[in-house]
Amino acid sequence: MTVDAPRAVGAVEAPAAVTRPSGVRVPLAQAVYIIWYRDIVRFRRDRVRLVMSLAQPVLYLVIFGVGLSSSIGRGGSLGAGLPASFSYLQFMYPGVLGMAVLFTAIFSAMSVVWDREFGFLREILVAPISRSAVALGKTLGGATQAALQGVVMLVFAPIIGVHLTVVSVLETIPLLFLLAFALTSLGVALSARLKTMQGFQVVMNFLMMPMFFLSGALFPLRNLPGWMTVLTRFDPVAYGIAPVRSAILAGSGLPQAAVDRVASVTIGNWVVPVAADIGVLVLFSAVMLAIAMRSFRHRD
Amino acid sequence: MVLSPARPPQEATAGDSVDAVITVSGLVKRYGTVEAVRGIDLSVARGEIFGFLGPNGAGKSTTISVLCTLLKPTAGTASVAGLDVNRDPDGIRARIGLVFQDPSLDVQLSARENLLFHAMAYGVPRSQRKQRIAQALTTVDLTDRADALVSTFSGGMKRRLEIARGILHHPEVLFLDEPTQGLDPQTRAKVWEHLREIRASTGLTVFMTTHYMEEAEWCDRIAIIDHGTIVALGTPDELKAQVGGDIVVLSTADNASAVEEIAGRLGVQALVDGESLRIEVADGSAFVPQLIMALSMPVRNVTVRRPSLDDVFLKLTGRAIREEEGEGRTAMMRAFAMRRGGR
Ligand SMILES: Nc1ncnc2c1ncn2[C@@H]1O[C@H](COP(=O)(O)OP(=O)(O)O)[C@@H](O)[C@H]1O
Ligand SMILES: [Mg+2]
Repeated sequence: MTVDAPRAVGAVEAPAAVTRPSGVRVPLAQAVYIIWYRDIVRFRRDRVRLVMSLAQPVLYLVIFGVGLSSSIGRGGSLGAGLPASFSYLQFMYPGVLGMAVLFTAIFSAMSVVWDREFGFLREILVAPISRSAVALGKTLGGATQAALQGVVMLVFAPIIGVHLTVVSVLETIPLLFLLAFALTSLGVALSARLKTMQGFQVVMNFLMMPMFFLSGALFPLRNLPGWMTVLTRFDPVAYGIAPVRSAILAGSGLPQAAVDRVASVTIGNWVVPVAADIGVLVLFSAVMLAIAMRSFRHRD
Repeated sequence: MVLSPARPPQEATAGDSVDAVITVSGLVKRYGTVEAVRGIDLSVARGEIFGFLGPNGAGKSTTISVLCTLLKPTAGTASVAGLDVNRDPDGIRARIGLVFQDPSLDVQLSARENLLFHAMAYGVPRSQRKQRIAQALTTVDLTDRADALVSTFSGGMKRRLEIARGILHHPEVLFLDEPTQGLDPQTRAKVWEHLREIRASTGLTVFMTTHYMEEAEWCDRIAIIDHGTIVALGTPDELKAQVGGDIVVLSTADNASAVEEIAGRLGVQALVDGESLRIEVADGSAFVPQLIMALSMPVRNVTVRRPSLDDVFLKLTGRAIREEEGEGRTAMMRAFAMRRGGR
């Protein structure tokens, strides 16, 4: 279909004044798509990163999970009412999904800082697309990558003896995406402000690792010292891992009462239901996204 | 190959031209306490190649950033394509092309992908994207590398790709911030060739900054900026006419005393420029014999030449714009001269 571009430009191009319907404003959805699309193209190309970012969760699963499974023992020690066959590995597995999502989400959001350092951010910011679209596109791009990492981790379930069902997988995937979206929006909100890579790394080490450890990924959020209980309840990741763990453990045939006990976040005596977990993540995303959009709109 | 497209109509160079694409008045930009731009006025006519010439730190990039709506002016007004930078930044961004001073390509994408991103971001209709990208790549001679990752490109290729990207969406004005900085003389001449070709075929208005004097000669009009203010504005010939007649450059065994002798005996002021002295005179060839007679110390060499923009800058600011540039510059002049058909 393509007409070969002629060598002599002048021969074809009409006088500029005529060909210039300039001033096109790209619709919001298309602008979001463009930003997202670029991130996905880069992601697909970067096989090394894909493998590397799987390595860490797998390492946790194998070494941490297997190691603790043998020393902690089974069933009762993780919570009253659990069947004797329930292993730490089964408990930890949904946490590792959350971890894969968390690390990838934050790492993807860092691409904003990379884009700033390598100059491409200026190409984005000078384009006639709305800054809100930039923030949303970046968040969706990172969230897609992070959710995919989480989904890829699902293949390890059979190997470590976690039973997945069609229903539990179909529940898990959107939950992982929501968690991914919430965490990427946090990352983008931060990186929209940070001018240097070092700055981002510092913030992340003081934020990402605590968020991971306090999320309930590695241990149940019950019977903790008071100060720690409070901190964990402020960790958005906790509200992402809880519903994923509920879905997976319920799917693996654990009685509902036991699932609630071992998976859900509690506030006082209130067992936070999945709908409320989702509410927390949606609210968190909305706030972070608003901050990110504001930062992108800012002009010195 | 024709390299001197018709200049825009002369009346268009008048500051208050009706068809001004860029108008700046009383523009000030402060970064905290640093006053980078201190009240500049200028106007660029449609189809002009306008050069913004000044040393590093003069405020060139800052001015471009304000015009491209990346920075807000501290005071004063500026409009581009008939739109005010404060009132309609989005409208302006849709109508301009911009090549930044620092690289701004995604090096993990191919040349074609970089252009595709740009075409999409600027709302180039899907049906035209392929053809425009092919054309832009042809214009800057990158067709055969279209699908290679930009990370494998040389500096010159990246620059050319950025220029192709800048014109992809058919902007009304193309801003170029030091488009040839850091390129070897041959590549610089080539970039210029592309620019003039594009201007000739599209009538695009070009606003560019440079600190290479000889590049400024290729602009229709130039503004010389120093410490955030415009010290001269006009066509290269007009500016050079500000320097009277010829330039005589000499070096002697004792430059310091020579300055005194020249002032005392010939009544003209010689400027010290590194190892040599520079004198502005009406008629250089008639002046040289007098000069030789007047000096008591041995004269090592004497040259008479037409004034260059360097001389203009030196005259206006009392210092050379850029001392570090040596061989690269003359090599480039040669490259230009060759392309111009010898001069
Ligand atoms: N972001 C900034 N913050 C503070 N000062 C700046 C900033 N950008 C530029 N400057 C200062 O403003 C002046 C003009 O800079 P610039 O416009 O980049 O000059 P040029 O492009 O002519 O080399 C310089 O003194 C520079 O140090
Ligand atoms: Mg600059």
